[in-house]
Amino acid sequence: MSDPQPRQAAQPGTPGSSGPRPHGDFDLTAEGGHGAVPTDGVPTQQAPAAAARRDWPLWEVFVRAKRGLSHVHAGSLHAPDADMAVRNARDLYTRRQEGVSIWVVPAAHITASSPDEKDAFFDPAGDKIYRHPTFYTVPEGVEHL
Amino acid sequence: MNGFELSERSRPIGRMDSDKSQRVAYALRLGDDALIAAQRMGEWIAAAPQLEEDVALGNIALDLLGQARSLLSYAGQLEGAGRDEDTLAYFRDERDFLNAQIFELANGDFGFTIARLLVTSTYQFELYRRLQASTDDTLAAVAAKAVKEVDYHRDHATQWTLRLGDGTEESHRRIQQGVEDVWPYVAELFESDDLVASLAAEGIAVDPATLREPAMSYVDSVLAEATLPQTETSVHHTGGRRGIHTEQMGYLLAEMQHLARSHPGAQW
Repeated sequence: MSDPQPRQAAQPGTPGSSGPRPHGDFDLTAEGGHGAVPTDGVPTQQAPAAAARRDWPLWEVFVRAKRGLSHVHAGSLHAPDADMAVRNARDLYTRRQEGVSIWVVPAAHITASSPDEKDAFFDPAGDKIYRHPTFYTVPEGVEHL
Repeated sequence: MNGFELSERSRPIGRMDSDKSQRVAYALRLGDDALIAAQRMGEWIAAAPQLEEDVALGNIALDLLGQARSLLSYAGQLEGAGRDEDTLAYFRDERDFLNAQIFELANGDFGFTIARLLVTSTYQFELYRRLQASTDDTLAAVAAKAVKEVDYHRDHATQWTLRLGDGTEESHRRIQQGVEDVWPYVAELFESDDLVASLAAEGIAVDPATLREPAMSYVDSVLAEATLPQTETSVHHTGGRRGIHTEQMGYLLAEMQHLARSHPGAQW
């Protein structure tokens, strides 16, 4: 077993060099993933050449399947700006006619509830059955209720 | 000599045959443009700057491949010699391909690919937009479907041209180099010849010469907005419509055709 080498050391080409970059010279580090995960503040050690690609921010994608339905979170993607994010979303999430409308939101602009607050946030609703409209008797013959 | 033969001869059958073979050649030209463009675009899958761009270029490749399938199938059907889309794609040799040379050029870097896509998708958009009114129902139907697809390709190329041209010093240099490299191959797209002129006169084809002004005015406006200077060239490569291709075509065909030729009739 040889010692693992820093990735940068094996990368051909140096930042700013004008030589051709062979296909396959990628930043392989996954980041973000699904959901609004903050990506800043995460310590990384990337070669500067790869850092330019990491500049693309994360966007959350919401797709409306058809008129009358609401937009539903479909996933996330990277794009250099909002216009390209909409286009990338079209290519990634509506290839099979999944939608008629797309929203994209910078993941950084989403404020999410914290998993640590789960008990305080959600458990109190657990025993409030009277919040469900199940105690009313429905007169016979009423439709569309 | 009986009356039947006389009446057969009196029909303008020679003219009909040449009309049909012209249609076959025209469908092959359009189909080969799309097929070779699809092959080049597909080479970007897993090699584009980002995963998102892999998918975007892959989608474009699939759109183009769909257009190629329709057009080559139609060419084979018109020809009536039993050649289907696969036979035409995989078992013709270089001199039988009628695509313009711009489509076969190697991908180069992302800047070259985007510069080429800007020109070719704009050309195809203007072409298909007019071909929807063709008196040939099949060509009109293919064009009606394809025009929406190439409209998106044109948008994709436009968005990237603007960002690369008006981006960093390096991205500006790359896209500018791409435009300069592609420029000598642009004029061929708008060349007219007897075949296409006579089909255009019948309302079947669109004369490419009529596409130059609208297509290039769009391309020029995008380049100007992308802060890219006007490009001049005194070199104009041509010959693709007559089966004359660049060195890179042979390598493309070798890769595209070798599997079908090594295993004829293979299914998967």
